[in-house]
Amino acid sequence: MSGPPAARYATGTELDGFTLGERIHSGAMGHIFRVTGRDSGFPMIAKVPRVGPGESGEGIINFETEAMLLPALSGPHVPRFVAVGSLSRTPYLVTEWIDGESLGQLLERGRMSASDTARVGAAVADAVHSLHLQDAIHFDLKPDNVILKADGTAVLIDFGIAFHAHFPDLLAEEQRFAAGSAPYISPEQVQRMRSDPRSDIFALGVILYEMATGELPFGEPSTMAGLRDRLWLDPVPPRVHAPDIPPWLQEIILRCLEPRPERRYQSAAHIAFDLRHPEQVAPTRRATKAAQAGVLEQARRWWLSRNAPPAPRSLPKSLVASSPIILVAVDTGNPDDERQPALRRATADLLSLSSEFRLICVSVIARAVAAERSGESGSSSGVYLEHLARLRHWVTPLGLPPKRLSLHVIESANPENALLDFAANNHVDLIVLGAPQPSERGLAWWRSAASGVTANARCSVHVVRIPERAAG
Amino acid sequence: MIIALLSDIHANLEALNACLKHAAEGGAERFAFLGDLVGYGADPQAVVDIVAAHAAHGAIVIKGNHDEAIEKTPRYMNDSVRAVIDWTRQALSDECRAFLSALPLEVHEQDACFVHASAAAPERWDYIDSPAAAHRSIDAAQATYTFSGHVHDQELYVEARPGKASVFRPIPGSPVPIGRHRRWLALVGSVGQPRDGNPAAAYAHFDTEREQITFRRVPYDHCAAAAKIERAGLPLSIANRIAKGV
Repeated sequence: MSGPPAARYATGTELDGFTLGERIHSGAMGHIFRVTGRDSGFPMIAKVPRVGPGESGEGIINFETEAMLLPALSGPHVPRFVAVGSLSRTPYLVTEWIDGESLGQLLERGRMSASDTARVGAAVADAVHSLHLQDAIHFDLKPDNVILKADGTAVLIDFGIAFHAHFPDLLAEEQRFAAGSAPYISPEQVQRMRSDPRSDIFALGVILYEMATGELPFGEPSTMAGLRDRLWLDPVPPRVHAPDIPPWLQEIILRCLEPRPERRYQSAAHIAFDLRHPEQVAPTRRATKAAQAGVLEQARRWWLSRNAPPAPRSLPKSLVASSPIILVAVDTGNPDDERQPALRRATADLLSLSSEFRLICVSVIARAVAAERSGESGSSSGVYLEHLARLRHWVTPLGLPPKRLSLHVIESANPENALLDFAANNHVDLIVLGAPQPSERGLAWWRSAASGVTANARCSVHVVRIPERAAG
Repeated sequence: MIIALLSDIHANLEALNACLKHAAEGGAERFAFLGDLVGYGADPQAVVDIVAAHAAHGAIVIKGNHDEAIEKTPRYMNDSVRAVIDWTRQALSDECRAFLSALPLEVHEQDACFVHASAAAPERWDYIDSPAAAHRSIDAAQATYTFSGHVHDQELYVEARPGKASVFRPIPGSPVPIGRHRRWLALVGSVGQPRDGNPAAAYAHFDTEREQITFRRVPYDHCAAAAKIERAGLPLSIANRIAKGV
């Protein structure tokens, strides 16, 4: 593969109307310059690969992969694409420059508190989920590849070894020793499998572990044997490093780090949800685990890992689609309403379509009600707990395991907005709620909630109606 | 320029018309027919007439194994296919038979090679059924792009490393960048007899300037095409394949 000499790219060089500015990075893959020349409305950088005699060609595949993927990606969690030069003539890639601090820089100042880990971790999970929704897998998640903007949004950078279901995978035939960054790559990547979005979930677990403890769960191995340890070795539980880490955070981290993809979280949206609602995390043995598995258990896992068949291939979009977050709005103010069992039946039917769902039960109680009742029962938390108990009572017949369920009583004067905000902030895929009854059609709030939510939700809405009985 | 790549029409007039209409609406300015104009379907004469008219306006037309079989039925074909070939031979005019007989096995134009099966030995009709087979064809073609049919599935092979091809199953309607700095082999699918369980006709668009290929699936009245096969007295098994896309 021939290409232009590296000297062609220097500060001041003109490229198809762009002018290269200061060189801000030079690495194995190529160089990064600030760039001006097109009125994009935001600061830009140009990436140029190392090409020409004496270069390995690795850089060009990574460059090409990024140049192929970025134009197809959109949203607040990836740099905006501006232009790409022809790879056979003048290869360059111009994108938005993300202003912010990398998570790597942040971690240089030491480990983070549980609440900071949860807040920043949820932002990173949002970004990973956004990527998976676009049928892409990053495959190189690490703190240096996460930029945190001033508003708290996480932006993922460096798509040099990423995968997109719509494009050929140039790295499929990669014989190089496990592409990716040794501390962060998943067991599947160690086995050179490039098809599972849950590899990103594993890397996110390593990042969360590092944020919470300041340590790397599998160190920085430099040999294949060292890399393979993560196929069977369970990491030192985070709470052993730092006893102040709450059990819920250890639960989340260790669930991300399960060697088998099917035992991890199946969707980054679920991780974001748990990090934002720690009280809803159902602890298992992972939460309080105080030591690594014993020698015999480790030997057993090692043996199993040698013989385990690889997990079946799953494309990002279809995996996300089979792991929905479903929000059901339950009117706990009217527990005897005949729509309650109908709503529950409809919810059960919807849940039967997937095994990896998360069901969020929400009751919105008006502030006025809470305030009024608080005079009688003595406290608004009493009202809150009463509605929470009714919500639990409503969902109990569904017989769901705790990890699939979460219960929320929200106080708001505007149920429509409360439901819409909660759904938008938590990656909800489907809202289920009751339609107003014929007799209630004149009444304001359920009517406005059902119709307003249906009109304004960013996701699908399932409105449950009891058929009207014929008159007379 | 957008080139519409159509292969394995197999005398299916309904599917051909649907694809030609779709291609014209998508801005196709040139057409390449990658072989097997006839065989299986009930409209060989009409299909060859349409393709010959395109050829008169500069379309690329390649010979496929079914087209060759019109001259001399080969031994490898099974009874039902042989029956269709015999029927097709008598259904075609002398001009059409002469047109098929004169088709080339391979055409090179600029940086592209058009061939029905493998460019490694076009006359042997070998299937491109593995990355190794794809690479042999890419190597023999000595072109940036090799466009083929014969295998009825849509697949895109890329020479990701020197000497090594890898396969990609394209998503219909989603453009794939295929830059000239690499070598590519596209199997464009079958217009007239898809076999992946989806009866919709298959073809591809190649945009020479933007260096991208878009694989397409076009729904058409495949039941009508199947019914014609039945009415023509051709084997029922062939009508069923069209109806089910298998």
